[in-house]
Amino acid sequence: MWVYEKKLQYPVKVSTCNPTLAKYLMEQYGGADGELAAALRYMNQRYTIPDKVIGLLNDIATEEFSHLEMIATMIYKLTKDATPQQLREAGLAEHYVSHDSALFYNNAAGVPFTAAYIQAKGDPIADLYEDIAAEEKARATYQWIIDMSDDPDLNDSLRFLREREIIHSQRFREAVEIVKDDRGQKKIF
Amino acid sequence: MANPLPKEYYKQLEEIQAADFVVHELILYLDTHPTDQQALSQYNQFAQYSKQLKRAFEAQFGPLQQGSPNPSSSVWTWNSTPWPWQV
Amino acid sequence: MSSEKRSFSSLKSYVPRRGLFDPCPPIGYKYYSTPPNLYLGFQPPGLPQFSPQEALKKGTLWKVFYDYYDNPYRKGGKGRG
Repeated sequence: MWVYEKKLQYPVKVSTCNPTLAKYLMEQYGGADGELAAALRYMNQRYTIPDKVIGLLNDIATEEFSHLEMIATMIYKLTKDATPQQLREAGLAEHYVSHDSALFYNNAAGVPFTAAYIQAKGDPIADLYEDIAAEEKARATYQWIIDMSDDPDLNDSLRFLREREIIHSQRFREAVEIVKDDRGQKKIF
Repeated sequence: MANPLPKEYYKQLEEIQAADFVVHELILYLDTHPTDQQALSQYNQFAQYSKQLKRAFEAQFGPLQQGSPNPSSSVWTWNSTPWPWQV
Repeated sequence: MSSEKRSFSSLKSYVPRRGLFDPCPPIGYKYYSTPPNLYLGFQPPGLPQFSPQEALKKGTLWKVFYDYYDNPYRKGGKGRG
């Protein structure tokens, strides 16, 4: 089970009223390499991974849910006071006619989330390599969003999230070393 | 809740976020380095410190966590303090 | 191997090949990130840390992993050739 805490992992501040940025951020909300995909991927793989690395998958998955909450907060703040007119100008007319300003799990192009974005092969190497790739893809997505954004406060939070992808990638790489390890014996080729 | 929150709210919240961040970083590190004694003792130290900060925050601004004591005997305060996306 | 001494950068670049019929003016350099975790291997114990406040700001407790990113294509950004 989980115990909810009424706080974000990192403060989210937004300095400009810019619903277009909300549209871009949906990529990290309901997109293929977004935080929902990350959280569900690791949370689901943890059942069938060697015991030595279950904790890591569990704990990174938990952190991803807090990142999902940060992204949701950004989208919420960027759209909460926007008029239908402003949303149309931001390219969110299609979103508005279906959802008003409700958040929804779709990507920046409006494609709804699907479980096909994630994998669970049941092979520890295949799954951990997928996780490493997922972290690199999420890191790249944060870079491309930062490239598109001129909001200094938003970019500050996005840089935090990008840095977390680097740390997760590091830990998953260490997990690969742990599951490869043959009780301290080095294989000599 | 229409009232802006005092500066102190943000200050204390950020101290908690910083302490919890250290705790969380050490959790991930210890997941792959389970016998690093220096990291273990730092983890215990910051886990303790975070608890203290949260107790002080909750006494002033209401419950932060499910399971925290309700500060009033007449009204449930969990839903009357702002949510993370509202602050 | 270049004999020129350069400090390490986690921002790499290359110049995309130009064809005769490429319609857009050349972008110059294309950039990509190679963050520090790609070079460290299994993290050794006792690495230098940031203070808690600074760690939160930077998104990492350990200094070795810190990798600031800004739009490399913007004028005045940290993009380099």
